[in-house]
Parts: sequence; C-alpha cells; structure tokens
Amino acid sequence: MTAYSHDRVTVSSGGPGGPEKGLLRFLTCGSVDDGKSTLIGRLLYDTKLILEDQLAALERDSRKHGTTGDDIDFALLVDGLEAEREQGITIDVAYRFFSTPRRAFIVADTPGHEQYTRNMATGASNSHAAVILIDARKGVLTQTRRHSYICSLLGIRHVVLAVNKIDLVEFSGERFHHIVGDYLGFAQALAFSSITPIPVSARYGDNVTTRSARMSWYDGPTLIEHLEGLDASEGLEGKPFRFPVQWVNRPNLDFRGFSGTVASGVVRAGDRVIVAASGRETTVARIVTADGDLPEAHAGDAVTLTLADEVDVARGDMLAEPQARPEVVDQFAAQVLWMIDEPMLPGRSYLMRIGTQYVPARVTSLKHKTDVNTLEHMAAKTLGLNEIGLCNFSTATPVAFDAYADNRETGAFVLIDRFTNATAGAGMIAFGLRRATNIHRQALLVDKAARARMNGHRPAILWFTGLSGSGKSTIANIVERELHAHGAHTYMLDGDNVRHGLNRDLGFTDADRVENIRRVGEVARLFVDAGAIVLCSFISPFRAERRMVRELVGEGEFVEIHVDTPLEICKQRDPKGLYARAIEGKIKNFTGIDSPYESPEHAEIVVDTGTGSAEDAAQRILEALRQRQVLG
Amino acid sequence: MTRASGQPAHALSQHLKRLEAESIGIIREVAAEFRNPVMLYSIGKDSGVMLHLALKAFYPGKPPFPLLHIDTGWKFRDMIRHRDRIAARHGVRLLVHTNPDGLARGVNPIASGSQLHTQVMKTEALKQALDKWEFDAAFGGARRDEEKSRAKERVFSFRSAGHVWDPRNQRPELWSLYNTRIAKGETIRVFPLSNWTELDIWLYTRHEQIPVVPLYFAAPRPVIERDGLLIMRDDERMPLEPGEREQVRMVRFRSLGCYPLSAAIESNAATLDDIIEEMLIARTSERSGRLIDSDEAASMEKKKREGYF
Repeated sequence: MTAYSHDRVTVSSGGPGGPEKGLLRFLTCGSVDDGKSTLIGRLLYDTKLILEDQLAALERDSRKHGTTGDDIDFALLVDGLEAEREQGITIDVAYRFFSTPRRAFIVADTPGHEQYTRNMATGASNSHAAVILIDARKGVLTQTRRHSYICSLLGIRHVVLAVNKIDLVEFSGERFHHIVGDYLGFAQALAFSSITPIPVSARYGDNVTTRSARMSWYDGPTLIEHLEGLDASEGLEGKPFRFPVQWVNRPNLDFRGFSGTVASGVVRAGDRVIVAASGRETTVARIVTADGDLPEAHAGDAVTLTLADEVDVARGDMLAEPQARPEVVDQFAAQVLWMIDEPMLPGRSYLMRIGTQYVPARVTSLKHKTDVNTLEHMAAKTLGLNEIGLCNFSTATPVAFDAYADNRETGAFVLIDRFTNATAGAGMIAFGLRRATNIHRQALLVDKAARARMNGHRPAILWFTGLSGSGKSTIANIVERELHAHGAHTYMLDGDNVRHGLNRDLGFTDADRVENIRRVGEVARLFVDAGAIVLCSFISPFRAERRMVRELVGEGEFVEIHVDTPLEICKQRDPKGLYARAIEGKIKNFTGIDSPYESPEHAEIVVDTGTGSAEDAAQRILEALRQRQVLG
Repeated sequence: MTRASGQPAHALSQHLKRLEAESIGIIREVAAEFRNPVMLYSIGKDSGVMLHLALKAFYPGKPPFPLLHIDTGWKFRDMIRHRDRIAARHGVRLLVHTNPDGLARGVNPIASGSQLHTQVMKTEALKQALDKWEFDAAFGGARRDEEKSRAKERVFSFRSAGHVWDPRNQRPELWSLYNTRIAKGETIRVFPLSNWTELDIWLYTRHEQIPVVPLYFAAPRPVIERDGLLIMRDDERMPLEPGEREQVRMVRFRSLGCYPLSAAIESNAATLDDIIEEMLIARTSERSGRLIDSDEAASMEKKKREGYF
C-alpha cells in the first residue's frame, strides 16, 4: 500500500490474519455530512447483515425520510431513534454488529457535532480503533482535529482515515494525497501507533468491502481488509497483573473466593500477590471457574481467586503483582471530560467510580482546559458540558491505579453527581501527585477521644467566615480569651499570620484561595487531633472550600460561624484601608468588590456586628458552644 | 428436555469467551451493587444463556437473586414445562406474575389485539411485579442487534420512578465503569447480553449444551396460515377463522412469545447444528416473526419508553 510514515507512526497494512482474530470494536467519527452512517449501512449491507425484512423496512423509510432519491438511504438503517430519523442526525451512540468469515466487529456509531463530544468519548472508551471520516471535497476540518484529539485522549491507538465521497472529486489521487498530508501534519502530536488512509465511496461501495476499479492509483487494502487484519490487542496481557475485586464469593464457611475480571496481566495458581491498598502479601491458591480450576487466568478473564492466607480483602480492593505495584495515592492529576450541563466546580465533592469502588473525590485545582478544536490550553475556573481539562484530584481514601496511558483498564474513572446520580464526568489519570506508603498507619495508643477526656472539652474548629472588615478576628480573639479563661486548649489561625508563613507562596487568585484554605484546613485538623479548639479566621469566600474543611474532621467538630456584617458597613470601617485601594483598582480579586463571597447556607452560628458589639457576638458564640457540648 | 447435539468440538472461541466474561462481569456487578435484583426469565434462548451465565458467575455459590417470569397466560405449553424444569434443576427461586387486572378484564391476544395484550399483560404486568417485590434492578436478555432502538440502549439502563425510559437522556456509559447509583423508587434494567448477536447465542448454546425449548427445533406441527404467517394453535382458545384449516407442516420458531403472536418458519433444522447452518444463510431477522413489532419501525422504541423490556 501507499507508504506514509513519520516518527512513531507506522502505517499498517491489512495483511493476512490468523484463523480467528477475535472481536474488533471500532468507532466511526465524522460530522453529519461526512457519510458516517452511510458507511456503516454499507458495511452491514455488503457483509449481508441486512436481512430481507429489514431491507423492506429500509426501503419504506427511504421513501419517507431519505435523502438519496430512489436509492436506498443506508444512513436510515443506523439512525435508530425516531428523533434522529426526523432530524437526520445521530444524537447518541448506536452499536452495530457484523462479521466476516475472518472476524466479528462491533461498531460504535457516534455523533460528530461538538455538542456530542461526550457521546463520541463514550464510543471511544470501549473501542480499539477509530475510523475517522473526511469528506474528500472538504478535506481536514476543525472537527477532524477534534475527533482525532478525543480518540487520542481516550487511548485509541489505531486510526483509519477514510477519505469519503471520493467519487465527488473524480476519484482524484492528488486530492487524496493532499488531504492525507494535511492530516499527518496535524496528527503527529497525537499518540497514535498507526494511521491508515483509505479512499472510499460509502455510497457506491468503492474500497469499503470491494476494491475500487476506479482508483488504480491506490494499491492499499479495502477498509474491511484492513479492519480484519488489525492487531486489536492492547498488550494488556503483557502488563503487570491487576485484579479489581468485584464480589466476595462466600457460599459457605469452607469457601471464600474473590470474583472479578483480570484487568491486565496474567495470574497463575501459586503466584504471590498483594492487596494494593494495604500492601499485605499472599499467594493465589486456586483460580476457580464453573468449568473447573484454571492453571492461569489472563487479562479479560472473569474468574474467582482463592488466597492462601486470611487477608482482609473486600469489593473495591485491587490485587496486584508485588514486583510491579500500582500507585496507591489520594491525590493525582487526570484529564477530565465533563458530561453534564451543570459545570464542574473545583472543591465540590463528587463520587468517583474507579475500578470496583466508589470513593468521594473533589477537584483541588483545574490546571487548564483544552480547546478541543485547536488543542490550545486555556486557564479556566470550571469545566462546562463537553469541555476537557487537566485537574488535580483529592480522594477521601487512597485509590490504586495506573496511569491511563499505561493501562486503560486501571487508569480510568467516572465522576457521579452526588445529588442527581448523573454520570457527570469521565477521567483518565495522568500521574499521582504524591507517594503514599503501603504501610499501615501506626495505630495510636492515645487518640482524640482520650485527649478530649483529659482536656475536659471536645476539640473543634471554630471557622469564622465573612468579608474583610466584618470583625472576624476581633470576635475570634475575644472568644479565645474566654475559652482560655475556662481552661480550654486553644490556638488561633488567621489569614494574616498564616499568609506570612505557611502560605506566603500563595496569591489571591481563585486557585490560590482554594489552596490557602486547604492548607489551613489540614493544619486545623492536626490541632483538632491534638484535642485543641482551633479558631480559624478567614474570609474563605467559597462554600466548596468551607465544606472541604468540614469534611476533614469528624461530625460536629466543625463549627461554621458566619460573621454576617453587611458590605456597606465593612467598607465604612475599612480598618486596613483595603476597600479603598480595591475600589481604586489597586488590589485585584478583592472579595466583595471584584470577587464573590458565597454566604454560608447552613452555618452553625450567625452573628451580625452591624447590630451588636463584638463582645455580645462572642458571648453568643460561647453560649452556642455550650449548647453543642463543645464546652463542658 | 432437548439437549444440544454432540459434544463441543473445541474450546470456546476467543470471541465467545470475551462475550461470556463481559456478561459475567455485568451480572456480578449487579449482585454487588443492588439491594434487591431480579433476573427476568422469558424462557427463550436468550434467557437460557443469561441464566447459564449467572450460574457461572457465582459458582460455586448460587445466583443471589430470583428469576421472574411474566406469564401472560398465552405462552406455549412447552415453554411453561421448560421453565419449571429449569428452575427445579438449578434450585433457583422462580417467581411468576400475571397481571390480575388484565385477567379480570379478559384481555387476551386474540380479542384484544396484540398491542393491548402486550401493553397490559407484559408491560403493565412487569411494572406490577417490579413494584410488588420492590426490585431495584432487573436483568433482561435483550440484545443490541435485535432492533434499532435497542442498539442505543445502555447496559445499565436507568428508569425513573414509574419505570420510564428516556432515550434522550441516558447516562453515558464509558469503559466498563457502570454507574449503578439510583435514588429510592428509581430502578435499573440491566442487559448482560447487549453485545451478543443471535448467532453468538446459538453458538454458545451449542458449545455449553444449554437446554432450550423444543419449539426451536423443526418438527411436524399443526399450524394455520394467517396473513402470510404460520401460527401454531397451542390450545383451543384460539378460534379458527372461516376457511382456516390446521395443517401439519415441518416448522420451528426463531423467537418465542405468546403463541398467537409468534409465527413459525418452515424449516428442517432439527438440531443446533442445523439451526446454526440455517442462520448463516437466513435472509430475515428473528423478530420478523413477532407480530407485535411490525406496526411501524419505531414501535419498539414506543413500547420501551412505556416500560416494555
């Protein structure tokens, strides 16, 4: 076939396959007019997958909705839903099945419009290869780039560039080579391992399943020949052993097995394995299936393992190879594709489905989003529907994973909205952000409860939030004085003293504000652990971050105190002259002026210094602490 | 009981092995995540494969959920015999539900027509049963290759309270990371055979020697010809129209449902090998014998929105 090659890309040919090549899942992408559905209809028709009654229905439909005159409109065959037939577009992923004597195929037919990026990603997530359609008249378009980027992001390694409607450019080889040149120039940046360009006419069948007599200049494979020969293995068997435990099989006291599907690698009876999260090591005793025990199980096999030792293993755990362990961390960076209308907000808690477990997770920072059309990185505060961005995540407990680029099975996750249960985002892990240890945390002999008994009061974070100049620090100081007088162990963290030390590397952008509060929250948690009442006085304008700190400590240990002084009064007070400078534009991102303050919705205590003195406010807070039994 | 002919000639093909593993993974996922799942058992070949996979998934244990058959009262007698035999053989709990309101109203496929019968005795009956036992997940044996609107259905297909399917608002399904979260009153329909084709079902049935209802195999049977379709009168409830006459023909069924609504095909395929050979040269789809689908191309989607499986 025509040789195109550069760098890492080898252009594969549809050489002879073995007797059984196994299932190939591929997706087709292209815009509404590129003839994508027509191509699939053509494949089904040519491989005799369209049966007589379906053909009769198709002929009826073609007359009613078709766009091809008296010819059969193959597109109608695959655009299944009523609405799609009416609108003539594909709005969802449809799966189609066909086979040739050499191979079985599942095609994910995905929509091309930018507003259906998520549907395309869905199709790509389970595909081994992508057929990217280009209209020969139009050449490489913005959407071609977008589709290629999404395929590459989702880890597709093999791309077929189907230059369609070649009949409409007089079967021109020159045109074809020009388009292919354009594409290869662009695709160099994407990590495909093969790109195979094929000139086709889906409508007339040229080079789809039968070689075209009208393009003597093309000596490569037909589309179907190429797909039949494509090596679809992801090399998963050659990767380290990973086994997410899906189900603990315990029919009786004599049998305790761990059921699941081998995500990657090979396991043999007698192999040493570890439980990734705890690092506990044991040996695989048996590989049990309904068809008898197996000597070994490979990636993709659904089996039940029994272990030689009584180790603690539950659904959600991952068994892995001791010499090649997955990362086990609670912070990592990942590419995220957002899939619901409500934007992704850093700081908000989502449910992360990763492997066989659900774990609460939040985005600690959005590093950038990627323009899917130009691949440019842009600063962003949120991700909207169909947007893609690189995010740092923090999970409630450490999770075991591999980078998505290394292992598609163990490096992917989905995010679920905790309120609506909608599937909100899809994630591909890039790398872990800090090493966690595989060592159990040392169980402590003296714990928080013991310290609380000794101290005579319960530990707590008193979180004072409010505008600059609202009186937070003044009130907090009085409260601390009173607590001290009662013999309570206290400590004060406030914006000024923390920003001069621990957080002096941080500014006042939204991202830095989030990080500022995260660090303060972690420090406050240590004080709570030590049994102290820690008073934190921070503007902390975002609900999400206040909630983040709340979730760091136990139930009832976080007391949110909203110092609800109206903005106008704060401006008048302006004790440090900051409002004046902000209004003059000399300070950017000043809360209340050009940066928002999100009032607490369910603060434990609300005080207003506009109507009472700071002493009064402090007394009300102390009374509330007694009621909440923080103080004895 | 009819068993597969011959012994498996060789190991399961890579293709079927993958499909089997994928389905077992889906079935285990439901057992792990849902409070009270149930497996719809319609007695057909797909249900047979689905049950077989469930038995494999939990071996050496038993599937931790019951089977549910929605009995319209008009199934072939052979089907009911097969159903009871299979449940007894595997020691699985079998629940049977018939819509009592429909029975009281005398709804039946002959007098009421296929649409009303299907709506009342299948769709409504299914919703009643799911509500009655408070099932939060229900396995169905539907395959994406059966019909166009099925081709877009998710493996884990969300139903809002009232069992409504909204095809425009389905949860994206990426990798094999299924979103199993639902609120109270909501349910999930799960289709472990989504990626199987009719041929896969038969090849697997043969390889695994899964018992099937004998009606799938050709035999001389008394049939009447009505509107170009061959209908087998399974009992006296179905009246003959003027001029109609039962005649014995060599027929079999590709798809089984209520007998007045399931058309037979003329065939000599008496073994699984024969059926598979016949399939490879077949020129009509399996649902072409289902009278309930033929109203218009979108009829399945309509029924599905209303809660049909």
